[in-house]
Amino acid sequence: MNLDFSDDQKFLQEEARKFLEKEGALIRNRNVLENESYIDTELWKKIVELGWTGIRIPEEYDGLGLGHLELCVIAEELGRFLAPVPYSSSVYLFTESIINYGSEQIKKEFLPKLVSGDIVGTLAVTEELHAPSASNIQVTYESGKLNGKKIAVPDAKVTTHALVVAKSTNGISLQIVDLSSEGVLIEHQETIDESRGHFSITFNNAEAQLIGDDVSGWEIYESIINQAAVLFSYEQIGGSQASLDMAVNYAKERYAFGRPIGSYQAIKHKLADMYIALTLAKSNCYYAAWALSTDSSDLPSASATARVSATKAYQLCSKENIQTHGGNGFTWEYDCHMFYRRSKLLSLNIGSLNNWKEKLVTSLEQSNIN
Amino acid sequence: MDFKDTKEEAKFRSKCREWLEKNASYKDESTPQNDDFANKDKMVAAKAWQKKKYDAGWAMLHWPEEYGGIGASSMERIIWANEESKFDVPKGIFEIGLGMCGPVMMEYATEEQKERYLPPMAEGKEIWCQLFSEPSAGSDVAGLRSKAVRDGDNWIINGQKVWTSGAHFSDFGILVVRHDPNEAKHKGMTFFFVDMKSPGIEVKPIKQITGGSSFNEVYFTDVEIPDSQRLGEIGDGWKVAITTLMNERLAVGDADGADVEDAFRWAKTQDNQGEPLLNNGAARESIADWYCQKSGLKNTKLRTMSALSRGDTPGPEASITKIVSAGKLQDIGNFGIDSLDMAGMLRTDNHDIKGFQNAWLGAPGLRIAGGTDEILRNIIAERVLGLPQDPRADKGIAFKDIPTGN
Repeated sequence: MNLDFSDDQKFLQEEARKFLEKEGALIRNRNVLENESYIDTELWKKIVELGWTGIRIPEEYDGLGLGHLELCVIAEELGRFLAPVPYSSSVYLFTESIINYGSEQIKKEFLPKLVSGDIVGTLAVTEELHAPSASNIQVTYESGKLNGKKIAVPDAKVTTHALVVAKSTNGISLQIVDLSSEGVLIEHQETIDESRGHFSITFNNAEAQLIGDDVSGWEIYESIINQAAVLFSYEQIGGSQASLDMAVNYAKERYAFGRPIGSYQAIKHKLADMYIALTLAKSNCYYAAWALSTDSSDLPSASATARVSATKAYQLCSKENIQTHGGNGFTWEYDCHMFYRRSKLLSLNIGSLNNWKEKLVTSLEQSNIN
Repeated sequence: MDFKDTKEEAKFRSKCREWLEKNASYKDESTPQNDDFANKDKMVAAKAWQKKKYDAGWAMLHWPEEYGGIGASSMERIIWANEESKFDVPKGIFEIGLGMCGPVMMEYATEEQKERYLPPMAEGKEIWCQLFSEPSAGSDVAGLRSKAVRDGDNWIINGQKVWTSGAHFSDFGILVVRHDPNEAKHKGMTFFFVDMKSPGIEVKPIKQITGGSSFNEVYFTDVEIPDSQRLGEIGDGWKVAITTLMNERLAVGDADGADVEDAFRWAKTQDNQGEPLLNNGAARESIADWYCQKSGLKNTKLRTMSALSRGDTPGPEASITKIVSAGKLQDIGNFGIDSLDMAGMLRTDNHDIKGFQNAWLGAPGLRIAGGTDEILRNIIAERVLGLPQDPRADKGIAFKDIPTGN
């Protein structure tokens, strides 16, 4: 029985934590938030230099050739420090899609440049003020050209390419678009968390390159986010842990009525509930990490379970961290709101809590849990 | 990451399974468990099963050989428990003795006493209970008031214990009482073991909201206990009790009963306005939440086992088990009953409905026994998260001067 990371993986995580702490990732996040600069370019460059963009990319394409478990420990640390970089867009979504669905030619073209940072990718799916589905995608792909508009695309302005979910004659397909090409217009959209830029992309006869086939694009998209959900969940538990740690430290130091507020049971029980939610989420993440790394048939239910519990844990921990801080927690000056914002953003990227609960029950129906 | 046994673990597991297959039959999950030990036949069967295990060395794996064990590791105990749980065998009668009284006797009894008491305890010939809680000492066990007065080589005990599981069929009990109310609260206690057949002990079963009676009130009137049955020094009663309570926390874990699989299976077939209940959004959301809790607990257990398998001390994560599983049990019971609308109130022979009703009636007890939800949250906050204790009104003064509210 070994539901744990290896010593090497734990070492990688420790190194990642030290690096992000030393780099002041949290302060960098505040700077990006306040200056609306979408990304911390310097931090991103250092992350590329460390090789994190190529963790899962095979060595023949210049990557490190490591596995999903290494990606999980990095994700947890990026989440803990709210690192303002397009890692989730480029690595969990774009790079993983190329690795899993790219032809040999596409892999050769993209993977080495994803490692070196010359290519940075994202995923564009949402179009209207409701959840995307196979039946409501309106961006079209016809005769090699894309037309239509995507919204709430993470990181688009700081990425070079996007994977676009589009409707073609035969069904839904996934298209790779060079965002610097003609007929592509990227505009900033204001969001609840400006520490990560989100954008609309309008395609006007833009050139695109098909990935996978032009029939089963929606199934491919589902499979991409089922995998990515595990990595997003790791970011979420990293952020949950940071929120809990902040709340615990504050409860020990802040005095009211002549004693630390952490000695009141109203606060203790709140913090214990945060610990409980986080522990459940973390354990589910371990199992999902195993399912992801072994390509288990359990992955759909395991990733949905991790995603649902990590979303719930982060939402609870980040909101109750503010509550524990009292009035201070509501100020711009304290960091609490940065975790609150990020918890919401992460709970929306790749789909909301309700939709993941629905996915979970659907996967239970398919696998017949009894 | 993997879920495989090590070579030694696999070997041990197949040894367990081989013996179990020869001596018991696999559980049929569709038959309801009934742990009513007031039923004589059940008790006889439970004792027979324990004896069979004892004779083959499976009763108390981790105990040293001289008391009937095989000196097994924590991992081997888990493997055994995991295998045994797949079989239809009696349980729920020896746990308190073996889980809580045994470790205290092992640590504090004389060699002679250990030889006399531990093997029959492991064999199931003698059943033990734990006499701690009192009417005025529940979560605050150290507030207990039962008195011990020294009389030559004996102690004379007077007072009342309560919530004593299995006292009505126990042969011996471990007991903590107050020998000096002038001492501070935690200093004035002393620990004994007592023959439950001693003159002056009266056991009265408590009828629970389930209708069953697994707890008792136990009255002590001038009960004599020889000083040789004292465990630990005079005044060390609390220290000894803590050893037991630590073991209780390990023993009280997952709440048995209706779980998410039952709710799911039920929702697939139960009619709800002409459709299966499983098509209902609220039902789906609840099932998703319970499934996340259930697998969260299961995977937490696997993490703990991973640490044990490596020979490491597990982290504190298992401390969430009871609080989560007892609450889930109550909610699932509630869900099943509600799904029947008006008919949910009716007692029927339907196995599933019985399961939901038993869960709903039994869960309140599980949220209290072995540490209430509130005490467990305090423990997580103080021991895991390191938050400061509440200021206390009972410190630094003689026990007799502590406010009692009456």
